[in-house]
Amino acid sequence: MEQPLVQVKDIVVKYHSPDGETTALENISLDVYQGQFISIVGPSGCGKSTLLNVIAGLLKPTQGEVVINGRPVEGVSTSVGYMPQTDQLFEWRSIWRNVILGLEVQNKLTAENRRLVRQLLERYGLWEFRNAFPSQLSGGMRQRAALIRTLAIDPEILLLDEAFSALDYQTRLVVSDEVKKIISQEGKTAILVTHDISEAISMADDVVVLTKRPGTIKSIHKIVLTCQERTPIKCREAPEFRDYFNLIWKELDIHVQ
Amino acid sequence: MSNSLPAISPEQAAYLRKLRRHKREIFLGQVLLLVALLGLWELAASAGWINPFITSQPSGVLKTIVNLYNSGDLFRHIGVTVWETVVGFTLGTILGTIIAIILWWSEPLAKVLEPYLVVLNSLPKVALGPIIIVWMGSGVPAIIVMALLVSVIVTILGVYAGFSQVDPDRIKLLKTFGASKGQILQKAVLPGSVPTIISALKINVGLSWVGVIVGEFLVSKAGLGYLAVYGGQVFRLNLVMTSVIILGAAAAIMYLAVVLLEKLFIRWQQ
Repeated sequence: MEQPLVQVKDIVVKYHSPDGETTALENISLDVYQGQFISIVGPSGCGKSTLLNVIAGLLKPTQGEVVINGRPVEGVSTSVGYMPQTDQLFEWRSIWRNVILGLEVQNKLTAENRRLVRQLLERYGLWEFRNAFPSQLSGGMRQRAALIRTLAIDPEILLLDEAFSALDYQTRLVVSDEVKKIISQEGKTAILVTHDISEAISMADDVVVLTKRPGTIKSIHKIVLTCQERTPIKCREAPEFRDYFNLIWKELDIHVQ
Repeated sequence: MSNSLPAISPEQAAYLRKLRRHKREIFLGQVLLLVALLGLWELAASAGWINPFITSQPSGVLKTIVNLYNSGDLFRHIGVTVWETVVGFTLGTILGTIIAIILWWSEPLAKVLEPYLVVLNSLPKVALGPIIIVWMGSGVPAIIVMALLVSVIVTILGVYAGFSQVDPDRIKLLKTFGASKGQILQKAVLPGSVPTIISALKINVGLSWVGVIVGEFLVSKAGLGYLAVYGGQVFRLNLVMTSVIILGAAAAIMYLAVVLLEKLFIRWQQ
C-alpha cells in the first residue's frame, strides 16, 4: 500500500478566549494520497478553515500531528501551497511580480524558476498579461494568476480555503473548472474547503463531511460519477450527482432558524 | 485616446459639448467671484465706505508685494516659511511612519503607548510652544519642531490604522510562503499602506502650515508668519493681508504637489 502524502493524525484544536474554551476540532484523522482531490464540507463554524491552518502549519494543534511526506509538520512548510478566499493579488504589483511573490520571499528567483513560471503563464494564457495590473484582469484571470503564484513555489499539496467564494456564480463555475484542470494537469494534490456542496462533489475524488462544532469527521464519500469528461461543470450533469447532493445535504443537518 | 476612435454619434458629441461648456461656466464663475470680491473691496476702500487703514485694499496689497520684491525681501520671506514647512512636514511624515512601523512590529508596545498617543493627539500642540522655545532657542529649528509636533501624532495614528487594515488573508498568504515579519512589512504592509500614507501627507501639509505660522508668531525674524505679526504690530494692514494672501497661494500649491505625488505613486489604483 502506498504511503499517504498527508496524514492527519488525531487532531484536536481548542481555542481559548476570556469566555472560556472552545473545542474547534476533535479527533480528526485523514489520509490524503498523491494526486487526490479532497473536498471538506461542513456547516459554518465547524472548523474547516482551522483544519487547513493546521495542515499548513500556521496553527499548532492542541493534540495530534500532521505528517506530510513522512515529515511531521512543525511551523510553516514550503511543501504546502495556500489559496485564500479572495485572490489576494497585490494591486500595486504587475501580474509577473505577483506570481513570483512566493519565490521572491523564499529567495528562489533563479533563472530556472523564472523559466518555469514563464511556462506556467504561457500554458494558462496569462503571459501576454504579465505587465498588466490585477485591476485590469477579469475575476477568472485573477484567480488563475493566484493559482500560478501558488504553483510557482512547487508545493506538493494545495490548500484551497473557500477559494472561489468571492466570485459570482458563473465565474465561479468557470474558475473551478479551470483550477481543477490546472491542478490535475500539474499532477498536484489538493484539499478544498467549501460550504458549497455542489462545488465539493463536482471537483473532488473524496468528499469529507464534518459535523457541527466541535468538528469531527461524520463521513467520507468516494465520488464516482458517470460523465464523459471529468470536469466540474460536466460532472454536475451526471445522474449520481443529485444522490450525492441529497445524501450530503442530509448529513450536514442544516436547520435554518 | 478618444481622439483616435472613429466617429462618435451626434448625441454623444452634443453631450460632450455640453459637458465642456458646463466646465467652462463653472471656471468662469470661480474667476468672476474672485474679480467681484477684489473689485468690491477696492471700490469700497477708495470710495471711503471702509477705512483702508484697517481693512487694507487690493491695490495696497499689490504695492506692498512690488515693494517687497524690489527690496529683495519677498522671496526671502516666502523661502524661509516654505522651507520650514517642507522640512517640518517631511520630518513629521517620515518620523510618524517610522514610529507607526515600530508600533505595528510590537503589539505590546502599541498597547502600552495607546493612552499616551490619545492624550498627545488631543493636546493642542501649540501649547508646547513656550517649552520648545526654551529648549530649542528662538530660531528656525524651534519652528520646524513646532511643525513636526503638530503633524507627527496624526501621522502615527493614521498610518498605524492603515497598517492594521491590511487584509489578514494577505498576511497569511505570505506566511505560508515562509515570509518573515520584515518581509511581510516590506512586501504587503508598507506598499499596501501607500494610499493611507499619502492621505496622511495631505492632512500634514495643512497641519505643518499651522505649526510653522504659530512658530513664526512666537519667534522668528523672517517668514510670512513673521510679516503678518510684524504688520499687525506696526498697524500696516497691507503687509498683513499680503502675507495672508501669499500664504494661501503657497499652501494651495503645496497641496497640489502632494496630489500630484499621489497620482504618480498610485498608478495602479484606477
